[in-house]
Amino acid sequence: MVNSSILKSEEKVSFALRSLYSRFGYGRYKMNKFEEYDLYVRNKDFLISDGVITFTDTNGKLLALKPDVTLSIIKNTKDIKGFVQKLYYDEHVYRISKDSHTFREIAQTGLECIGDIGLTDICEVVYLSLLSLQSISESFILDLSHAGLMTALFDCIGLEKEEKRKVISLINEKNYDGVKPFGEKAAALAKALMTSRRDTDIIRKAAEPYCDNEQVRKNLAELEEIYSCLCALGMKDKINIDFSIVSDVSYYSGTLFKGYVEGIPASVLSGGQYDGLMKKMGKGSGAVGFAVYLDMLERFGSEESDYDYDTVVLVGEKASPVGVIKTVNELSAEGEKVIALKSVSDTVRYKRLVKIGEGEEND
Amino acid sequence: MINVALPKGRLGEKVYAMFEQSGYECPSIKEKGRKLIFENEEKGVRYFWVKPSDVAIYVERGAADIGVAGKDILLEYEPEVYELLDLDIGKCVMAVAAKKDFRDNTEQTLRVATKFSNIARKYYGEKCRDIDIIHLNGSIEIAPILGLSDVIVDIVETGKTLYENNLAPFETVVPISARLISNKASYKFKQEEIEKIRLSLAEIVRNSDD
Repeated sequence: MVNSSILKSEEKVSFALRSLYSRFGYGRYKMNKFEEYDLYVRNKDFLISDGVITFTDTNGKLLALKPDVTLSIIKNTKDIKGFVQKLYYDEHVYRISKDSHTFREIAQTGLECIGDIGLTDICEVVYLSLLSLQSISESFILDLSHAGLMTALFDCIGLEKEEKRKVISLINEKNYDGVKPFGEKAAALAKALMTSRRDTDIIRKAAEPYCDNEQVRKNLAELEEIYSCLCALGMKDKINIDFSIVSDVSYYSGTLFKGYVEGIPASVLSGGQYDGLMKKMGKGSGAVGFAVYLDMLERFGSEESDYDYDTVVLVGEKASPVGVIKTVNELSAEGEKVIALKSVSDTVRYKRLVKIGEGEEND
Repeated sequence: MINVALPKGRLGEKVYAMFEQSGYECPSIKEKGRKLIFENEEKGVRYFWVKPSDVAIYVERGAADIGVAGKDILLEYEPEVYELLDLDIGKCVMAVAAKKDFRDNTEQTLRVATKFSNIARKYYGEKCRDIDIIHLNGSIEIAPILGLSDVIVDIVETGKTLYENNLAPFETVVPISARLISNKASYKFKQEEIEKIRLSLAEIVRNSDD
């Protein structure tokens, strides 16, 4: 039996997530640490960080330490009509940290639902993302948006590709002042999209003038359906409709979401429907999934103990090895942290000192 | 409680005055002393002064919920924050300047001295111009005079320093002003309070325009 007090918060969450995903029938996908570098060159824009650690394999092939898991999963899936694959992973990826410009190992758990997916699959994945956040903390928020709806709306206004990219990045910053130069229509729409609300009213109102467009109509209906499904599952208070999370509309085609937990300064979960990426990789089917960034949880929820050890066993000269090991074993049986030392330095903090090998015991 | 990172210096004092005017005063901030953090529990705000170029870091990493940073800093470091409001103060421009008699020779690599490497790289990148960036930490104006660089990319407020040194601004890269920024996660959980601050500051900006 594992003593849960020795588990770090990210490890506890990792176990909780794995059991959650198994409950919903997702199978674990255990991966090789390496992947052919070529895969990342072809899909460079999908990667969060630019750099990849590469090395030459014994047969001369250029391999990479995985910077991403999703691409590898997609690569190995098959297109079969009516077939959906439900997978989860618990892996390490290697990325460049934006601040230090050095490589970092990042623990990531996530799931992917790939194949002939429908509305139910999408709702299930978003619901699982909410449950994932809940397993980290009760105080969490999921931002929900729709990349397809956003693209369709900007197409209606007739923004050029470059303008669209700029407006999307301003929406990303919630930059109300920055969108003004793009004209009244675009600015009004952008403002509605970057406003964060607990219902779909603002978006519906903003999209109304463009509902002649089939894509706008279809995508808006899908977003509202997903939202009402999640509300019916009791998650209304936990969802914001907020399009400021949309950054890349070339890979993500449908629902897009990002999760936040109070006390952690950046998003801990990110996911969406990425049919665009599937298409680019030659797959005809759809896919939806998300990743939880476990490294963000390192400092979260772990209370620092005032003591290094519960008990220090001070080993005297007369103590026998058997006696010392037996004492440590007995004292630690209740889950206490015990250490045997010949001498104790001033920096060691402990609750209790037990001396053996001198014939006396001290509390 | 909303943690607010203010930029030390003249700009920061103007910014605090705006917060004060919008009803988020904290009288203890004006007392002389060595205190670093000032709190008004009743109003739910806690202010602290940091180096202007560090404000974005405090906000990005969540030590401050909101803060005020120059657009130059936001463009240079591209922090993951929301840029909620243009405060319309601390106005100046990011400009390319050179010696008055400078003529751009497009046949050779342009040597650019600047504190803002990222902004300069992007600006010339869009023009497909081959440049050699010389990163300096201060006294940028001296670089073209001594022949260290052909041009400089720097903040120009009045242009007085430039003219006194026989330099002149040639192109405007981007206009700069102070912006209200917010940590993305803080915004999710303190949206109501942060929006209230944003709206009252926006009101002050609007009134000062009239």
